[in-house]
Amino acid sequence: MSSFWNIWVWVLTLGSLVGCFLLLRMCLKNFAGVEEGESMGHTFDGIEELNNPLPKWWSTFFLLTIIWAFGYIALYGLGNWTGLLGWKSSNQGILNLAESKAKTLENLQKDSGVLVQYDREVAAADAKFGPIFEAYAARSIEDLATDGEALKVGQRLFIQNCAQCHGSDAHGTTGFPNLTDKDWLYGGTPEVIKETIMNGRIASGMMAWEGALGGDQGVKEVAAYVISLSGRSVDPELAKAGKAKFALCAGCHGPDGQGSLALGMPMGAPNLTDNIWLYGGSQRAIESSIRNGRAGVMPPWKDILGEEKVHLISAYVYSLSQD
Amino acid sequence: MKNSHEKVEKNVGLFFLFTVFAISIGGLVEITPLFFQKETTTPVDNLKPYTALQMEGRDIYIREGCSNCHSQMIRPFRAETERYGHYSVAGESVWEHPFLWGSKRTGPDLARVGGRYSDDWHIAHLTDPRSVVPESNMPAYSWLNTNTLDGELIARKLSTFNFLTRNRSHKDENGNAIPLYTQAEIDGAKDAVKGKTEMSALIAYLQSLGHALK
Repeated sequence: MSSFWNIWVWVLTLGSLVGCFLLLRMCLKNFAGVEEGESMGHTFDGIEELNNPLPKWWSTFFLLTIIWAFGYIALYGLGNWTGLLGWKSSNQGILNLAESKAKTLENLQKDSGVLVQYDREVAAADAKFGPIFEAYAARSIEDLATDGEALKVGQRLFIQNCAQCHGSDAHGTTGFPNLTDKDWLYGGTPEVIKETIMNGRIASGMMAWEGALGGDQGVKEVAAYVISLSGRSVDPELAKAGKAKFALCAGCHGPDGQGSLALGMPMGAPNLTDNIWLYGGSQRAIESSIRNGRAGVMPPWKDILGEEKVHLISAYVYSLSQD
Repeated sequence: MKNSHEKVEKNVGLFFLFTVFAISIGGLVEITPLFFQKETTTPVDNLKPYTALQMEGRDIYIREGCSNCHSQMIRPFRAETERYGHYSVAGESVWEHPFLWGSKRTGPDLARVGGRYSDDWHIAHLTDPRSVVPESNMPAYSWLNTNTLDGELIARKLSTFNFLTRNRSHKDENGNAIPLYTQAEIDGAKDAVKGKTEMSALIAYLQSLGHALK
């Protein structure tokens, strides 16, 4: 704060405190020229005003608030002065994350003379919880998936951060995968699950196929064939025509529609033969997927949660599909 | 000084002036100096101006009253920063007119919601919140899918923001202010947003939130 505004704050604050005190002192004196307790000489509606002094308890409290204000200023400061405690709620005025971290480290030094409430709070929590997360991080995901305590922590983190898309029971919903079955888009091994959460996934993206398939009829044919892959009965003529066109789809979904994972490719193209439908399994939903395309996105969580927490969430997610 | 207080008691205009004076001291001490502080007038390093589409989305955010339930102000408490990320600092809001910090927290804070969910999630969630979060009590905003932008006002909005932030934009290496928007961006703004749905504008805005300190 420039010295002008510093003086501005000091003068107005102290001035109004002194002003309050002078006002109180003035009001405690009897200027009315009437004896205390006597009539002020006028009535209204039968009510007579007496010259009563301010109540003792009230003026005492008023005085105490003024004294309190000076004590508060002494402890917490005013203007540019940080006060005897050197207390601040947080580091304001930082311009980037590196500056924020540097300020935190600087202020946590014992002799810095500054007590940043937020930094202290975080440091205390890190000291308490840090070793717990560290111990979990040192263990493998398979091992953690059998540890009830670790899974409880993982579930908490999941509900807080993942349930918005995958549901609080991890069963997912249309467009957001169910994590409790054995059907995976990118792989269900502990390493791959962790990789998916850390860095996110952007599906290669299914294009809108209506044009390439020769219009609505082509879409209907391919849809019929795709439905037949999981054993449902369809118009055999349509399915036969669809099968011929499915070569276009095989690049990602595989020649038999078994999905990109079965082919060992990281495209996120679902298995079409298992009757599990990410975007809905009705004829209409499947036709819509083919007609308009799909592209799922999983955001990266590395920077938001950090690796230790992702490790625990991975263990929780991994445990969901283990019998 | 014989009973001079009577003058104030019997003159409502004078009493009003004294009252305004007494109340204004709090604002003069706590608010006025902030208009001139480095902390509140310097943008953080990575702060980027809203694109034309994000700016339109911001106006939809205001129109639909999102800030009635969602704050954009992460307080410096560990409980909040664990959930939302780094606490908000003044340097992130120097280009906000008006700021949308909000105060009611029926829904989660959105100060750093950008990048947290996919666009598809936002579409599903804004169209029907309960399709993805069954526990949600947020209203549905399905008309955003069908309303389209005409872009009539966007060029004027961008130049207005250039004017409002003229003393608080980033500086080049010679210390000269860099306006938020170039003339080319202002001229192309209408074409950039025309015909887009309100949904895509609002999602563009939401995805832009909070990146400056992440």
